[in-house]
Amino acid sequence: MHSFTTVTGAAAPLPAANVDTDVIMPKQFLKGIDRAGLDRGAFHDLRFAPDGSPRPDFVLNRPGWEETRFLVVGPNFGCGSSREHAVWGLLQLGIRAIIGTTFAGIFADNAANNGLLLVSLDPGAVSALLARAADPEGNRLTVDLPGETILAEDGTRHAFEIPPSRKDALVRGLDAIGQTLDRAAEIRAFEARHHAARPWLAR
Amino acid sequence: MPPRTLYDKLIDSHTVARLDDRAGPGAEILLYVDRTVLNEYTSPQAFSGLREAGRRVWRPEAALGVVDHVNPTAPDRGAAMPDEGGARQVRYFGENCRDFGIELLDVLHPLQGIEHVVAPELGFVLPGMVVAAGDSHTTTYGALGALGFGIGTSDIEHYLATQTLRYRRMRTMRVTLDGALPAGVTAKDAVMALIRRIGASGATGYAVEFAGSGVAALSVEARMTICNMAVEGGARGVVMAPDAAVFDYLADKPRAPKGDAREAAIRHWSGLRSDADAVFDREIRIDAAEIEPLVTWGISPDQAAPVGARVPDPDAEPDADRRRDLARALAYMGLTPGTALESVRIQRAFIGSCTNARLSDLREAASVLRGRRVAQGVRGMVVPGSSSVRRAAEAEGLDRVFTEAGFEWRQSGCSLCLAMNDDVLAPGERCASSTNRNFEGRQGAGGRTHLMSPAMVAAAAVAGHLTDVRRLAREI
Repeated sequence: MHSFTTVTGAAAPLPAANVDTDVIMPKQFLKGIDRAGLDRGAFHDLRFAPDGSPRPDFVLNRPGWEETRFLVVGPNFGCGSSREHAVWGLLQLGIRAIIGTTFAGIFADNAANNGLLLVSLDPGAVSALLARAADPEGNRLTVDLPGETILAEDGTRHAFEIPPSRKDALVRGLDAIGQTLDRAAEIRAFEARHHAARPWLAR
Repeated sequence: MPPRTLYDKLIDSHTVARLDDRAGPGAEILLYVDRTVLNEYTSPQAFSGLREAGRRVWRPEAALGVVDHVNPTAPDRGAAMPDEGGARQVRYFGENCRDFGIELLDVLHPLQGIEHVVAPELGFVLPGMVVAAGDSHTTTYGALGALGFGIGTSDIEHYLATQTLRYRRMRTMRVTLDGALPAGVTAKDAVMALIRRIGASGATGYAVEFAGSGVAALSVEARMTICNMAVEGGARGVVMAPDAAVFDYLADKPRAPKGDAREAAIRHWSGLRSDADAVFDREIRIDAAEIEPLVTWGISPDQAAPVGARVPDPDAEPDADRRRDLARALAYMGLTPGTALESVRIQRAFIGSCTNARLSDLREAASVLRGRRVAQGVRGMVVPGSSSVRRAAEAEGLDRVFTEAGFEWRQSGCSLCLAMNDDVLAPGERCASSTNRNFEGRQGAGGRTHLMSPAMVAAAAVAGHLTDVRRLAREI
């Protein structure tokens, strides 16, 4: 997975509430057996008209947001289906962190498993960052994960918190399965006890 | 030991190890997961990950593969998929299940169906289990006294390789449904009422236990509807204490324990309930008698109203952000503020999905359609939740009720709930739908979805517009 330490780049505002995974990654991009080509699918129907041409009014198509690295979003971003394609597509589009008040649960886990940083801030801070992200001249931010701060170009700082184990995994880009398999003997012992107490499960 | 909720008990009994020094909500643990169900569209990259790392599946018999998302539902379908992408997914899914030793219910298998309909009817999910699967509606299994929750593809891979997940404990919410639902009001209306009340993220970060006399009075299938759709309120895990209705439901399920094993299991399962003085982080009470048939008017499941209400006016919304979202929803839905919902005409009616396509759902819809016809200009489709549901419905003549009313009687799959196959709304088409999500483009780019109960879909199909099913009932 991607490791994340400090990233600088443009932020784009997506203030709507409940931006769901059908909007982030529409169904026609879910037919692969690998992760390829999902950059085209990310926000597809917002970015492209039915004839395939870019919609000039959508923020990611406008001058000043060509190299967007961060999204500042409304509440409950990522609600809906479990499709991890949404996270893969955002990363392929170049998005490294998303800043909002609340995120849907499965989306948040998928993000963590792929090195996409989600930053939860209070509504006031998100409003301030939405305003900043909406200004093509002032939308550059630096997200410093080890320091748990977001820094704007004018020196404004927003501190954030993230569970230590999640931060450690993001910074180091760890292989979770490998780590868990280091505990295989522990899992096997648990499983034997679990099934001995519930023999109807052990078939 | 201090009093514990059922969720706490299930998590405690499945904790292999603590991964940090925290306790309570937010603590990270290594969670043993008893079973999973796999589908063709969220699993391929997980299997590829196992192949690339040379890893095996820890416990192949604890997984069940079901083709459901991309397959056709045409009455005369064969094994061919509607498009090459879907065909490739189904082919690769078959290879993966074969190579890793996992049982597969392929598209023409007599037990094929929507994963969350098939797993309970097989007895594959049992009380006290933790079940995680690559589909958000895995919450369905709460109705059986299991903790069910959805996971992404990376976690599917983690589960397959280790039989565990790295899991953060949730906060707990209890939703108590008091009293009996009025006539014409269903479990679908109850869960839609909850989502309307708490919002689409009201239960985010929580595991939800449903309780109360209103839940106890419901059939196990109706309880599945509630648990299934609770995820649309943000619930990441859902449980209900298993009771005699659940034990009876499981009695004839092929893979549920039988004989002495069943007796031992029931003794164990009977203890699966929250302690009387357990404390939940949040409590919600809903009076069943006050629930009315609901329909959604917007693009989020919490944008719902009693069918007798009017389309809301964004200008009456004081909060600027909400006003903007409301206006956007109405623009997408092609609705004018103040319009009576009952005057909104439909072109499509869909009865299907893991929320509402079990035998009891089809019976409720058929009881509305018996002796009636679909209105001119409405295309109605019934997609049974599983091939077994389809056969059972045919055995009692429900297929004829639907076809005589002008509905198409189709094969099983996810179908028009998310339109990954060839069942799709045309741009601008408006659909009364027994499904779970009314997101923009969910049923097809530009398609307009109104969520409601199966009986309400049937009533709308007959009327040609959204309508109160209780009005039709009075005409009998």
